[in-house]
Amino acid sequence: MSQTKKELLVDPLVDNNPITLQVLGICSALAVTSSLQVAFVMALAVTFVTAFASMFISILRNQIPGSIRIIVQMVIIASLVILVDQILKAYAFQISKTLSVFVGLIITNCIVMGRAEAFAMKNPPVASFIDGIGNGLGYGLILMLVGFIRELFGSGSLFGVTILQTVNNGGWYVPNGLLLLPPSAFFVIGLLIWAFRTWKPNQVEDREYKIQQAEAH
Amino acid sequence: MSDTQSRKPKGAIARFLAASPDSVGKTIFVAVAVCLVASMIVSAAAVSLRPVQEANKLKDKQVNVLQVAGVFEPGIDVTEAFAAFEPHVLDLATGDFVDDQFDPATFDDLAAASDPELSVALDDDPAGIGRKAKYRVIYLLRDDAGALDKAILPLHGYGLWSTLYGFIALENNGNDIYGLQFYQHGETPGLGAEVDNPRWKALWNGKKLRDDAGDLQITVAKSQPAAGPDFYIDALAGATLTSVGVDNLVKFWMGDAGYGPFLAKLQAGDL
Repeated sequence: MSQTKKELLVDPLVDNNPITLQVLGICSALAVTSSLQVAFVMALAVTFVTAFASMFISILRNQIPGSIRIIVQMVIIASLVILVDQILKAYAFQISKTLSVFVGLIITNCIVMGRAEAFAMKNPPVASFIDGIGNGLGYGLILMLVGFIRELFGSGSLFGVTILQTVNNGGWYVPNGLLLLPPSAFFVIGLLIWAFRTWKPNQVEDREYKIQQAEAH
Repeated sequence: MSDTQSRKPKGAIARFLAASPDSVGKTIFVAVAVCLVASMIVSAAAVSLRPVQEANKLKDKQVNVLQVAGVFEPGIDVTEAFAAFEPHVLDLATGDFVDDQFDPATFDDLAAASDPELSVALDDDPAGIGRKAKYRVIYLLRDDAGALDKAILPLHGYGLWSTLYGFIALENNGNDIYGLQFYQHGETPGLGAEVDNPRWKALWNGKKLRDDAGDLQITVAKSQPAAGPDFYIDALAGATLTSVGVDNLVKFWMGDAGYGPFLAKLQAGDL
């Protein structure tokens, strides 16, 4: 194995982060980050699904026929997602109401499929499980960072606890309404990618083309 | 797996596992087996968790009824507190209870709205709901002496992005509003979703639906209508379309096409 177990767990947090480096899973990162509590539950759900989907797919990897491998991966991922959705509806009803359709959409989250196809099909179960946890945590880390900024400046609270008393509730803070809308997550994620790549310059992608110098006539 | 090829596999299962996964037989077997196992896990989870989920939904609705009636406090026994409420199935056209036709505990008035037998299509549809159920489940709260205290009526209508579902609580004279609360909507967080803001909800307390002439005057607007402050709810800042939606849906359900006949009975003190 080229990577140690610790590397499998830690690499996806910063050095190979699924959101900031691979730019996957953006859709749900926009949708569920307006409050930290919801973002936290979503991160847990994605970590659970990625870890167990990778593990089961890895266990079956020598038996999965190449012609139907994507379908088999999808069936396993979809079953796990339904399981998570049912459990949330039973034991975290209020949060599942807020997350609504986005739990179901974990099925289409590129991170889960990406790890199954790129890692779990070629590596043993334990390594795949840890890789799934690592990538789920990498996704969760960005979700929490974005959620922190959006909830603090959009609603003046963190995890629902008021930090900045908003004008609507008789305080002084005028909340930034843009931060509660999905497009703001684009700005926040973009700034995070900029920060990450300034910190770790090797994450900067090579230019695909060079601008030709204009010749003077 | 190079060693499995050098050794001769023994037994049917070992031979099958060692066979190339790309053969037709194995492809079909894997497809069927994975689907079968996955479907069993999914259905087992769905069936075993359903009672808890249904209980959650019911409790959620009950909590909302308690909240709009102002009797909810965190930590109370919801089922016990809810037992004080009398559910009734109301025929909207006549304002009579039809509890003998439908069981109030199980009648689903939102599902009834899409049943052609139990609903009518609306030509004049300010609330944007398309079809209206002929019957709705309402709740009455009586005081210790058995006299009517409050009536809790469900209402819904379209805002900006979504249909808002909620309850309105009326005092026993059928004209004074005790409270309004939405339990489900998808309005913009921070703007339209401020319908959930306790400060805005508190504005409804003590307002009146109709003036002395019996005309429906309640209004959600940016500025006070001619009828006076008793009939005026300040619209939500930055959420004009949600406010217009709430205005429309309250007017619709409190009007003659909605609970009008029932409210007339309440005012006459017939209950």
